[in-house]
Amino acid sequence: MVQAIVFLPLLGAILAGLISLFGAHARCPSGDTVEHHGDGHGHGTTDVNEDAGVIHASSHEPDAHDDHGRDDHHVAEPAAAGSRAAELITTGFLFVSAALSWATLVDVGFMHHDATVPLFPWIFSGDLQVSWALRVDTLTAVMLVVVTTVSSLVHLYSIGYMDEDPYRPRFFGYLSLFTFAMLMLVTADNLAQLFFGWEGVGLASYLLIGFWYQKPSANAAAIKAFVVNRVGDFGFALGIFAVFMMMNSIDLETIFHAAPGLAGKTIDFLGWQADAMTLICLLLFMGAMGKSAQFLLHTWLPDAMEGPTPVSALIHAATMVTAGVFMVARLSPLFELSPTAQSVVMFFGATTAFFAATVGLVQNDIKRIVAYSTCSQLGYMFVAMGAGAYSVGMFHLFTHAFFKALLFLGSGSVIYAMHHEQDIRNMGGLWRRIPYTFAVMCIGTLALTGFPLFAGYFSKDAIIESAYASQNPVSTYAYVLTVVAAGLTSFYSWRLMFKTFFGEPHDREHYEAAHESPLWMLIPIGVLAAGSILSGFPFRELFVGHGVEEFFRESVKMNPHILDDMEKMPAALGSLPFVMMVIGAFVSYIFYIRRPYIPEQLAAEQPMLYQFLLNKWYFDELYDLIFVRPAKWIGRFLWKFGDGYIIDGFGPDGVSARVLDVTRNVVKIQTGYLYHYAFAMLIGVAGLITWFMFGAGGQ
Amino acid sequence: MTTWPVIFVVWFLPVVGTLLVYLLARGGDEAANRNARWIALWTTLIDFAVSLVLVWHFDPAQTDFQFVEKGSWLATGITYHMGVDGVSLPFVILTTALMPVCIIASWKSITQRVPEYMMAFLILETLMVGTFCALDLVLFYLFFEGGLIPMFLIIGVWGGPRRVYASFKFFLYTLLGSVLMLLAIMALYWNGNTTDIPTLMHTAVPRSLQTWAWLAFFASFAVKMPMWPVHTWLPDAHVEAPTAGSVILAAILLKMGGYGFLRFSLPMFPLASHDFAPLIYSLSVTAIIYTSLVALMQEDMKKLIAYSSVAHMGFVTMGIFAGTVQGVAGGVFQMISHGIVSGALFLCVGIVYDRMHTREIAAYGGLVNRMPLYAMVFMVFTMANVGLPGTSGFIGEFLTLLGTFKVSIPTAFFATTGVILSACYALWLYRKIIFGALVKPSLMTIKDMTLRECLTLFPLVALTILFGIYPKPVLDMSAASVQQLVSNYSTAISAVKAAALQ
Repeated sequence: MVQAIVFLPLLGAILAGLISLFGAHARCPSGDTVEHHGDGHGHGTTDVNEDAGVIHASSHEPDAHDDHGRDDHHVAEPAAAGSRAAELITTGFLFVSAALSWATLVDVGFMHHDATVPLFPWIFSGDLQVSWALRVDTLTAVMLVVVTTVSSLVHLYSIGYMDEDPYRPRFFGYLSLFTFAMLMLVTADNLAQLFFGWEGVGLASYLLIGFWYQKPSANAAAIKAFVVNRVGDFGFALGIFAVFMMMNSIDLETIFHAAPGLAGKTIDFLGWQADAMTLICLLLFMGAMGKSAQFLLHTWLPDAMEGPTPVSALIHAATMVTAGVFMVARLSPLFELSPTAQSVVMFFGATTAFFAATVGLVQNDIKRIVAYSTCSQLGYMFVAMGAGAYSVGMFHLFTHAFFKALLFLGSGSVIYAMHHEQDIRNMGGLWRRIPYTFAVMCIGTLALTGFPLFAGYFSKDAIIESAYASQNPVSTYAYVLTVVAAGLTSFYSWRLMFKTFFGEPHDREHYEAAHESPLWMLIPIGVLAAGSILSGFPFRELFVGHGVEEFFRESVKMNPHILDDMEKMPAALGSLPFVMMVIGAFVSYIFYIRRPYIPEQLAAEQPMLYQFLLNKWYFDELYDLIFVRPAKWIGRFLWKFGDGYIIDGFGPDGVSARVLDVTRNVVKIQTGYLYHYAFAMLIGVAGLITWFMFGAGGQ
Repeated sequence: MTTWPVIFVVWFLPVVGTLLVYLLARGGDEAANRNARWIALWTTLIDFAVSLVLVWHFDPAQTDFQFVEKGSWLATGITYHMGVDGVSLPFVILTTALMPVCIIASWKSITQRVPEYMMAFLILETLMVGTFCALDLVLFYLFFEGGLIPMFLIIGVWGGPRRVYASFKFFLYTLLGSVLMLLAIMALYWNGNTTDIPTLMHTAVPRSLQTWAWLAFFASFAVKMPMWPVHTWLPDAHVEAPTAGSVILAAILLKMGGYGFLRFSLPMFPLASHDFAPLIYSLSVTAIIYTSLVALMQEDMKKLIAYSSVAHMGFVTMGIFAGTVQGVAGGVFQMISHGIVSGALFLCVGIVYDRMHTREIAAYGGLVNRMPLYAMVFMVFTMANVGLPGTSGFIGEFLTLLGTFKVSIPTAFFATTGVILSACYALWLYRKIIFGALVKPSLMTIKDMTLRECLTLFPLVALTILFGIYPKPVLDMSAASVQQLVSNYSTAISAVKAAALQ
């Protein structure tokens, strides 16, 4: 069964890819000759026309971002052949996969049928024995459900959202490829396969962010996402090497059993005598930071919003970015052995939760607000991981997948309705035009801000409680920041809602034209809205209550006291997040409904702070200054000076130049005048005689 | 085992092909050119088929040399001795497999002196196969150095505008190393009274001689590899060489250095190898970081790929001298994988070069709009170059780094930064050439890959992905020999260490 879950998306991706390639090939002829413009021979003229078509096919959405007055909703190019077939194949497979995943969750979570399905050998070299295998336990089953459910809904949604894009087979191929890689990641039985899925989703993310490849900003964002993730992967890879060095295996079962034996061992890491387990966990966590966009490695996530909105919902909200959280939960037997590493995890989680929330306060792009919110919520999950409350973090991952995918897809519906307008300053009053979207967005926002009885309420409050209850040195720090961030979350979420759906429309033309999205899109967001309510309370017992032990069993190694301690939390403190949520919503109401002039006044009064937040704490500028520019400068310097001047100058070029110099001078000596030669001979004879008299001959 | 001399056939067949081209492709007209092309293609194809017999009958469990051919040749101790083991067989197959690809790739782009060109390639194949199979030092030296001549001609005659400078630079660099190697070979002969490689592998060499011989061999192999700082010939040679020349240079000639380290340095001079390992580590790490940064700033496609080759070879040297099973096996695998990937990347460059006659990155952009197949193929190889898991590039990098981490953490640490840098330059190149809007007027009528070009690249795409998810064929082929090599190496080292303690 699990094979079908994992490999159906791959099959879909391959089929869609083939359709896309055949279609593209039919459109772009082969040939190794290049015709020149204007000489009009053969079918040169038709070619030129085709070119024009291709060039002006610059997809509508890209332009919309910068010059939004223009209605370029025309289809410049017919859709690729077989688009519908590709859509139906991939979406159909995904739905099958999702149904099987739910069955697996029941089978594994309640019937306790854990399984590891070996596939075939991968890397065998000496002690290193790595095989492809699919491991299914409760942790994996939860992830399978999250990934396939959201992915199938996003596939369905994309049929509507991308209906004007001529390259749909490619899009659906990428989506399914992503799903496959993500499923390989969550079913990994060893660190190498985890890494395979890890980089595989990175590749899919790169391809999807850069899906509109004619847009330079999308290309830049795609590369940035890949490279920043690689920085994290750098740590991840080193972590794998360290695990292998200490335990001679990278199979999960083996290392979980061997890990307690590492207590007290150290590794000399660049002169730092590090505790082996702490070092391993920190290195692996670096990978998680990259993938889950944690503080310092977060810069790629907002830029990743350049991709189509369904992609943002699937990859940059619900699934891929939670891979880091999943990884820490998966490796909980290691992290539980290193309190230091847990503190670091909690520190970064809390910092991210707060930092991203502050930036989210002032952004104006609807998708970027939701992106910063994602970043912040991921921080929450890491706080739970740091507290050793892995099931609690997984609970938030589970609920967050629904309501954040809902918020993204809802934003997509707004963007679609507004003809690819993304700036909330140009929206307003939309609830009358698109009431359905408004309703589901409301549900999403309530769930995100933790309104009682909505999904986020159960999971987020549990995380804040776990931060309070944990024995971690940074637990107070984490508790304060997560509580404050809860207020900020509520503020920016309602800000988004108020500015988008209430008030006066700022762009009459778009407002009038706004229309509800097609059914393809409304059904998935409806389902997600239901999920945003139903994923909370019914699952509470399994993730944070007394059913945890029974449900997760061996798949995560919880901190043994954390769940009990969470229950002992004072009631007054327990309601603090709720109070913060209400305050945030109220302030937002005052700012954007009652007294809309206050925000501008504040921004004018505090220009420094406003600019600081608006520019995302200047991280992009800082990284540009300390990494990008020096790397370019050093590269050029090494090339021109190191290779060109030093190595070649003193090496081959220098030697050949010296040889030429010498020969040139030697040539000069041969003048052809007899008396020159005679003179030289005389000197030679004199030298010889002298040597004989005073040197060797004289002895 | 077979009853007929397979290796002899494999290395001699191209000579026969050369003679046929010489005899049948005369006249200098179009018919002669066509004959030359077809003869060369069939020769290389048959040669590839014959070399598969080696794979078929190869016993991967055995650590000794197989398919051994031996005959007396010169004076005492110098014999004709050929054979393969797990380390050399992959390279032989790589060579024979890539030759037909090179011939097909030159089908249309070479129009001048076609018979001579094909003869040069066939001779080159003979010499390369000979290098990997030779089991006698003198024989090895002849094949190893002989390879220089056809390559020198290929660059110097069919190369780009600065071909003379590039070919001389290439020649001088490599020759300098070889002279020193010749001296070391003579020293080994006086020491062991034989030039037979299997015998020498089991002959103890005095420690002082080990040091000097190691350095002399190192001079030659480091240039071939090429290691930093003797790498500067490579970008120039690549830029000026015709496409197929670049493919052979990157895919096979560079591997001779690594093969040499595995065949001579490690087994014959284990103590010196151990002593000099830190030197190798620092040079490798420098190569990885330095050339990656340089690659980041290149304006010429071929130069960028050439610099990235130097970086990837850094992983190989590092892995080999780590002296662990994973390091050495990873080194072998990385060389095979790099042979496929970099060869394919140069073919990719060749495809657009044949159309536009420029290699400048700035002259391209938005090719995906007109060349979707090309974009897909190029993407696969870019990702393999970056070392994405699921492509063959990952396995080699992963194994070498894993093997090195055990021995030297700082080396592995700095080498792993190459993972980040390779993503920077490879994706940047891809973006500049393939992505973006198609606005350059000169590119408006460019067309996608033809069937002939697909024939050269699709098999390489398949291999890159196959070896990425199922590298077992290559790893198993070399496993026993690598195991043997590593255990001999560590035995020698620990013996000396034990002696030092007493």
